[in-house]
Amino acid sequence: MLRILQFLYSLRSFLLFVLLEVLAIGLIVSNNSPQGAAFFNSSNAVIGTVLKTRSDILDFFSFAQANETLILENALLLEQIKALKQEPDSLPIPLDSAFEAQFQFTGARVISNSLRFAQNHLTLNKGSKDGIKPGMGIFNQDGIVGRVKSVSENYAVAISLLNTGLLVSSKIKSTENFGSVNWDGINSKQAKMLYVPRHVKAQAGDTIVTSGYNAVFPEGIRIGVISVVNPASDPNYLDILIDLSTDFSRVNYVYLVENTQIVELDSLHKKSEVVNEF
Amino acid sequence: MNFKNFITHTLLLLLLALIQIIFLKNLALFGVAFCFLYLLGILNLPIPISHVPLILLSFGLGLAVDVFYDTIGIHAASASLMGFLRPYWLKAISPTGGYDDSAKPNLPEMGIGWYISYSLPMIFAFSLVFFTADQWGTGGFFGVLNKSILSSIFTVVLAIIVQLLFFKRRREIR
Repeated sequence: MLRILQFLYSLRSFLLFVLLEVLAIGLIVSNNSPQGAAFFNSSNAVIGTVLKTRSDILDFFSFAQANETLILENALLLEQIKALKQEPDSLPIPLDSAFEAQFQFTGARVISNSLRFAQNHLTLNKGSKDGIKPGMGIFNQDGIVGRVKSVSENYAVAISLLNTGLLVSSKIKSTENFGSVNWDGINSKQAKMLYVPRHVKAQAGDTIVTSGYNAVFPEGIRIGVISVVNPASDPNYLDILIDLSTDFSRVNYVYLVENTQIVELDSLHKKSEVVNEF
Repeated sequence: MNFKNFITHTLLLLLLALIQIIFLKNLALFGVAFCFLYLLGILNLPIPISHVPLILLSFGLGLAVDVFYDTIGIHAASASLMGFLRPYWLKAISPTGGYDDSAKPNLPEMGIGWYISYSLPMIFAFSLVFFTADQWGTGGFFGVLNKSILSSIFTVVLAIIVQLLFFKRRREIR
């Protein structure tokens, strides 16, 4: 018995090493599973504060540009409001439930971002206190950015679109054919559109937007533009490469969207046994 | 290790981790060469440090950086591998007659040739595990190898520059 203990003691550093590796692998797996609870991440209050201070300093240098894009977007929105406003002599029509506001929007600032890894994450400066919930969609004026993963009181961590684990239900705007956009981990400016059948006439230059099927994003938010359509590699599906419209190296201010009817939709899907794969 | 050394090394580890988190997090030369400068803190620990604290320290440092990177576990796994390998590698490349009692494995004391042969394989081992874990199931092995080689070269170059600029040579004439 003493011999065994002595033997184990002589191996103590190796055993400790194996134990720590197993622990680390456990952490990696639990962090990357979509429904797993993340133990520690940058939504922690202390870490969030450090990241926010860093971002406060760095953002100072990009304020001018951020302002300019906001002003341009405001102008666009003002134009749309004008088109929607009722003229005094028009007949007011009461809206029914089909037009009830299904999506609620809010804004946040990105305080930490990465784009060079295969699994990239964002940290936002708003949390459960401001009504942020896991599962909300994130986009900015250029296109979609990601999806909220976990939330603490003051901060939220989101999966970036530049994360090989995120699939976004999308469609080709001109032909209405749908598929999923997924990043392949190679270039931060390009992604792949999957599951588009071969008979679809997709061509370079077509715009890709969100389809609205997965109830995270409303329909019609830009994702990117098709750059190459390659029919060769798969017998069933087209190989579509898209140029992302969002510049992920310059994501400062983002909008978050919440589907207020997602609970109802989910329970309906469950009742009718529909598995929504997107 | 006396008390002064202990304080110096603790401060160095903290400072390097802070620099890594604040400045080097999004730095990637040509999109492939990353910099893991905080590993300098593990590499520079005194040679006679015992194995178990070294592994624990590496794991803790990796975990601390992980939390800010949102890559929980990846830095910790790779850094503890590096901590585990360090004594074996130090033994393998020890000069004839062994190390001095007071020798530190850093550039001003050991010279540039020894330092590169010491740090480059260690950081390469770290990067290989790091990028394999990061790109698990997504890319080919070539991408991982490419990133690992370039990142370890970049990190070693930066580590050498930092030591040339900020580390004093402490061998006075007696």
